[in-house]
Amino acid sequence: MSGPATPTASNPFRRRGLRVDPFFAVTWLAALATVASLVWIVASILHQAWPAIQKTGAGFFVNSVWDSNRERFGAFPYLMGTVLSSVIALLIALPLGVGIAIFLSENFLPVPARQAIRFVVEMLAAIPSVVYGLWGIAVVIPLVQRWGGLLADHVGFLPLFKGPAYGNSMLTASLVLSLMVLPTITAIGRTALATVPKTLREGSYAVGATRWETIFGILLPTAAPGIVAATILAFGRAMGETMAVAMLIGNSPRLNWSLLSPAGTLASLLANQFAEASGIQVSALMYAAFTLVLLTLLVNMLGEFVLRRAQRATAGLR
Amino acid sequence: MSSAAAPAALSLKVGNRRDRARLSANLFWTVLCAGLSFLTLVPLFSIVYLVLRNGLVLLRPSVFTELPPAPGLEGGGVGNAIQGTLVMVAIALVLATPLGILSAIYICEYAPLSRLAGAVRFNAKLLTGIPSIICGVFAYAVVVVTTGSFSALAGGVALAVLALPTVLLTSEQALLGVPYALREASYGLGASRFQTIFRVVLPEARPAMMTGVMLAVARAAGETAPVLFTALFSEYWLKGIMQPAASLSVLIFNFAGLPYPHQIQLAWTASLILVALVTAANVTAQLAFTKRQPGKKR
Repeated sequence: MSGPATPTASNPFRRRGLRVDPFFAVTWLAALATVASLVWIVASILHQAWPAIQKTGAGFFVNSVWDSNRERFGAFPYLMGTVLSSVIALLIALPLGVGIAIFLSENFLPVPARQAIRFVVEMLAAIPSVVYGLWGIAVVIPLVQRWGGLLADHVGFLPLFKGPAYGNSMLTASLVLSLMVLPTITAIGRTALATVPKTLREGSYAVGATRWETIFGILLPTAAPGIVAATILAFGRAMGETMAVAMLIGNSPRLNWSLLSPAGTLASLLANQFAEASGIQVSALMYAAFTLVLLTLLVNMLGEFVLRRAQRATAGLR
Repeated sequence: MSSAAAPAALSLKVGNRRDRARLSANLFWTVLCAGLSFLTLVPLFSIVYLVLRNGLVLLRPSVFTELPPAPGLEGGGVGNAIQGTLVMVAIALVLATPLGILSAIYICEYAPLSRLAGAVRFNAKLLTGIPSIICGVFAYAVVVVTTGSFSALAGGVALAVLALPTVLLTSEQALLGVPYALREASYGLGASRFQTIFRVVLPEARPAMMTGVMLAVARAAGETAPVLFTALFSEYWLKGIMQPAASLSVLIFNFAGLPYPHQIQLAWTASLILVALVTAANVTAQLAFTKRQPGKKR
């Protein structure tokens, strides 16, 4: 990347005395403010959370009772709900997303048809979260109620599918979440597949491999780092997703291992309680927000790191 | 990209049993992959269909001009929610656009290799990954706690945090897309750095920057979580930016949970308006960009 920077000395018309371009100072300040904003976000949340941190300490992460009336704040169920709903969403979205990415990067369909599908998947990303929630209430909740009841009747002996089955449940939220992270996985996965050098594919065909032997043996392993990065970034998105989850998961503060029961996530907790919170409860919610920020920052940093390494690795193949 | 033609079209009668098995496995995966890809189109069409079908029922001119009905009552509209959404998105743009574009100018034009530029890029990437509800928590901590009340301004600040990385990163791409030769020509004619940026680089990059701003609008308009407990909601028209403000997204969230069919119907209509708004912003973004494409050189 050839940066457009040229030495300032190259301008013969600049007056000797004026060494600092005032506009430079303005942009420098803006850049500084941008960097400061993230620090400011984390610091202000930490500042507000401080009373709760002092009060509950690390017990916040292991206690499982959240009762604002008795001022007991244990976020463990929400923490579990956040991780579990995101993991389930990814388990559903990953095969689908990679499947679509393969479908779009191979020549099964003519280019216009592929562009149409790509456009449709990108549209999924443009639909507001709250509309997913509304749709989930109208469509997914009845579906989960009907089929969840059957699941509970027949495989209810598994702790994951223990009845009674509710419509507002972990499963409902995870299903809708999987739809919402699908575009992320597809977009990054497709880019990873598209950057696999053509020569590798041609070599594979030349030694007589079929198309899918080439996909499984050559393309996917080569693109694997990119797909892993896509998964991690999608995981970060799923953990922070708020509105659709808050509308569908049932927001129960109780720890429950069944996918068919209501649960809660850190984000849905914030969405539900913040507007009416007061006193130490605000601080406890800030603590939950701080936990969520740290989690997503860590996951996203890891994702960016893997993505960068993946890009460097495929660049070396050329 | 259509690359080497895959040998999938080989007819099944060629070869021995093992080869036939390989070819049927090939066919199996193709069908499975195509099936799964089309399966994912089903929910999307379901969403679009339901939003259109349920949203069109109440879509009359009065919906845009009237206030939301009290629980259980009929009639009314989402006028103040549209107003609130537009006002808060405008506040977000006023705050985020200058900051984003100026930062982009710094990291592209002034000091692309500096440590600060690296920090800005890294921060922008991380900011895109921050959950939108955290923007709300931040605005709550900074604006609501300080001023002591929920307000449209707080909602705007929350949305600005959300819009900033979008504006910044797309502006950076826009500036990178301006051919280096143009800058050299400008310097060659004796223009200063400032003149080059303002007279040559920015006009060239403006359409692509507009794309970024419109993408930010689309992203900010659709968000609920940042405004949920910063702007809160209001049953009335917005009179000033220091008052609580209604928004389309919070209206959908509130009404979706009510037990009254009319309110739920109104939530669908608000969804239709919101999706139309977001799509319009996205399409404008694409148009602004594609108009530039032909003449663009690296």
